[in-house]
Amino acid sequence: MRILAAVAVAMTLWSAPALAVQPDEVLSDPALEARARALSRELRCMVCQNQSIDDSDAPLARDLRILVRDRLKAGDSDGQVIDFLVARYGQFVLLRPHFGADTALLWLAPVGVLAIGVVALVLFARRRRNAATAEVPTQALSETERARLAELTGEPQK
Amino acid sequence: MIAELGHYALVLALGLALIQAIAPIIGAQRRDATLMAVAGPTALAQFVFVALAFAALTACYVVSDFSVVNVFENSHSAMPLIYKFTSVWGNHEGSMLLWVLILSIFGALVAGFGGNLPATLRANVLAVQSWIAAAFYLFILMTSNPFSRFAQPPFEGRDLNPILQDIGLAVHPPLLYLGYVGFSISFSFAIAALLEGRIDAAWARWVRPWTLAAWICLTVGIAMGSYWAYYELGWGGFWFWDPVENASLMPWIAGTALLHSAVVMEKRNALKVWTILLAILTFSLSLIGTFLVRSGVLTSVHTFATDPTRGVFILAILVMFIGGGLALYAWRAPLLKQGGLFAPISREGALVFNNLFLTAACATVFVGTMYPLAYSALTGGVISIGPPFFNLVLGILIVPFLIVQPVGPLMAWKRGDLYGVAQRLVWALALAIVGIAAVFVATGVKGVLAPFGIGLAIFVIAGALTDLIERIGVLRVPFATAWARACGLPRSAWGTALAHAGLGVALLGIVCESNWSSERILAMKPSDQASIGGYDLTFDGVVTRQGPNYRELTARFTVREGGNVIGVMEPSKRSFASRNTSTTEAALLTIGFSQLYASLGDPDDGVIAVRLYHKPLVLLIWLGPVIMMLGGLLSLSDRRLRVGAPKPAKPVLQPAE
Repeated sequence: MRILAAVAVAMTLWSAPALAVQPDEVLSDPALEARARALSRELRCMVCQNQSIDDSDAPLARDLRILVRDRLKAGDSDGQVIDFLVARYGQFVLLRPHFGADTALLWLAPVGVLAIGVVALVLFARRRRNAATAEVPTQALSETERARLAELTGEPQK
Repeated sequence: MIAELGHYALVLALGLALIQAIAPIIGAQRRDATLMAVAGPTALAQFVFVALAFAALTACYVVSDFSVVNVFENSHSAMPLIYKFTSVWGNHEGSMLLWVLILSIFGALVAGFGGNLPATLRANVLAVQSWIAAAFYLFILMTSNPFSRFAQPPFEGRDLNPILQDIGLAVHPPLLYLGYVGFSISFSFAIAALLEGRIDAAWARWVRPWTLAAWICLTVGIAMGSYWAYYELGWGGFWFWDPVENASLMPWIAGTALLHSAVVMEKRNALKVWTILLAILTFSLSLIGTFLVRSGVLTSVHTFATDPTRGVFILAILVMFIGGGLALYAWRAPLLKQGGLFAPISREGALVFNNLFLTAACATVFVGTMYPLAYSALTGGVISIGPPFFNLVLGILIVPFLIVQPVGPLMAWKRGDLYGVAQRLVWALALAIVGIAAVFVATGVKGVLAPFGIGLAIFVIAGALTDLIERIGVLRVPFATAWARACGLPRSAWGTALAHAGLGVALLGIVCESNWSSERILAMKPSDQASIGGYDLTFDGVVTRQGPNYRELTARFTVREGGNVIGVMEPSKRSFASRNTSTTEAALLTIGFSQLYASLGDPDDGVIAVRLYHKPLVLLIWLGPVIMMLGGLLSLSDRRLRVGAPKPAKPVLQPAE
C-alpha cells in the first residue's frame, strides 16, 4: 500500500522519481557522512508524504541534506543540528517528536495500554478468585431443603 | 451494454443483501426454519451477481472500452494484457468492487460449508455479513460507481499509473483484501454470538479456521507489498511506517492476537469476553484500514474535503459498524458466562501475555498513525511521526514478546512449570549465546543491538523448534521411528512451530539488513568500476529500448566476485509518454539469501548517478512471512480445524497428542 502513497506523491509533486541522495552531496569524510545519513533519516521532508529527507527526491529535501552536511562540517554536534532545524522549521521537521506536553499522550500510549492491561488482569483475577470461593456453599442446608432432600432420596436425614 | 449489465447485477446484489440482512435474523428470533433458510441461497446468489459485475468491469478493461470513465482513467490500449486485468482494482472504484467480490465469496463459503453450524448461528452470521455487504454495495453505487459512462467516449485512455504496472498489483491488493475481508467472518460470528447471548468453545472452533485463513492471506499480502515497495520504489527500504502500511499492519496485529485468544477459548473455555471484543476490533481496524486508505484522509486532509460525499459515507459506515458493534458488545457481553480458571504461569497465562503485548503494539501503531491527524484537528499545528518513532517504541515492545514466545507452547494448560520449561529451552539459549559471541568476534564490539538481535532471533527459531524436536526425538531414536513420529504429529503442532520460527527468520533478516547493509552512491561513466560488499561491478554502458507503452534507458553492470563473472545487472528508468512520468526499475542480483541492488538516477553527459546496495540476508525478511504462511496452512489443514469440519475423528486413526 506504500506504493499507492508513492503514486499520490509522484503525481502531485514531481514527475520523475530519481535517487534521493545525489553523488555530489556525499561528504568525503566517511564518519561525517555516516552521521549526516543517520540525521537525515530522523528529519522530515516537509513537502512530502511522510518521507525523510534521506528518502526524498524533492528539491527541498536536497537543500536540507546539504544544510545538514554544512552544519556538520562547521563542527556542530548531532544535537545542535537538530536544534538548529527545529528552531528554523518547528517540531514538524522531526520524524520522532520530542517528549513534551503535546506529545505525552503519544509517548505514554504504549506504557499506558500495558499498565491498563495489567491492572485489568489483576482486578479480573481477584474478582474471579473471590467469585470462585463464594460459589462454595458455606451454609448448611435449611430445614425445608433437608425435608426436600429426604423426600427425593427416600432416606431419612439426620 | 456490458457495463450496464454489471451495474444492474450490482443493484440486484444489493437487493439480495437487504433481504439476507433482515429475513434470517427474524427467523432466528422466531425459530422459523423457513426464514432462516433464506440466508443460504441469497448468499450464493449475491456471489453470482457480484461476480457478474466484476466480470463486466474486467471485460470493459480487456476490450479497452474507454466510454467507461473508470477504464479511461486507468487503462491504455497499448498496455500489456496482464495489466489490463490488474488495473481493474488499481483504482478506487474497482478496488471497492474487488472488496465486495471477496466479501461475497466469504459469504458464499459460510453458506456452503456452514451446514454443521447450529441453524440460528448460521442465520445470524449470514445476516450480519449481509449488513456489511449492503453498506458496501450502497457505498459503491452511490459514491463510487465504476460503471459510469461518457456521453462522448474519448479515443485513448489515460493509462494506469506506471508505478502500479507491475506484477505486484496482481498479487498484493487481492491478498490484502482477502485478509481484511476474511476478518469480517470473525466479526459476524462475534456479533451473532452477542445477538444470541450464548458462546462456547464450539464457537471458537468454528471461528478459528476463518480467522486463520484471513490471517494467512494478510501475512503474505503485507509481505508481498513490502517486497514490491523494496524493488519498485528504488531506495531499497522494505518498511516505511507509512500510514497506509500501518493501516494494513493494525488488523494483522489484532488478528494475530485474536488467533491466540481463540485458542484459549477453544481449549479452556476462558477469555470469551475478550475474544469477542478482539474479533470486533480486528474487523474494525480492517474497515478503518480500507477506508482511511481509500478516502485519502491519511495522506492529506484535503483529499477528504474535495469529495465530501464519499468521506461522509465512509464515516457513517465506520460509525455504524464499529460503534454499533462495540455498543452491542457493551450491552450483551456481561451476559456471557466466564470459563475456566488458570494460574498466571500457564499456557493461558503466556497467551494472555501475548495478547497484552500485541494490544500495546497495535495501540502504538494506531496512536502513532492517528496522532498527526488529531493533533492538527485539535491544535491547528502540525507534527510528524515517522520510522524513528515506530522503530524505537515497537523495538522495545517486541523484545519481551519474543523472549516469551518460545516459552508459551511448552507450558502446560492451567498450571505450568516455568523451571521445567526453562530447562527445555537451555539448548536454545546456548545457541543464542553462541550466536551473540560469534557476532562480537566477527564484527568487533561496536554496539550491543545487532548481536543481541541476532541472539534473540536464534532463540526464537530454536525455541520454536524445541517442542517438535523433543516430540519427534531427533537424534535420540532411530531415524525410522523419528520419521514415523514426525508424520504422526498433529499438523497444528507443526503449524505453531513453523509460524513462530518464521517470525524469528524475519527478525534475523531485519537485523542483518539494518545493521550490515552497505551502500554506495556514485556517478559512473562507462567502464568505471565500483566494489561493494566484496563484489566488483563494472559499468558497461547504457542502451535505450522501446517497451509496449514506455521507453526505457537500461544500464548494464557486470558483477564479478574475485575476478569471476557471477552475473549481470540491468537497472533501468522507464518513461511513460501517456502520463509523462517515469519509474525506476531496480536490478536485483540474488546470492544465497543476500542481494545486490542497483538503481539509477538521472543520466547527465554520459555520466549516470547510481545507487548500489549490498543487503546481506535480506530475503529472510520475506522468507519469514512465507514460513509463517506455511505454518498457518498446515494448521488450517489439521483435521480438527478444517474449515467447517469440526467432526470427531475416527478414534482408531487419531494420532496420540
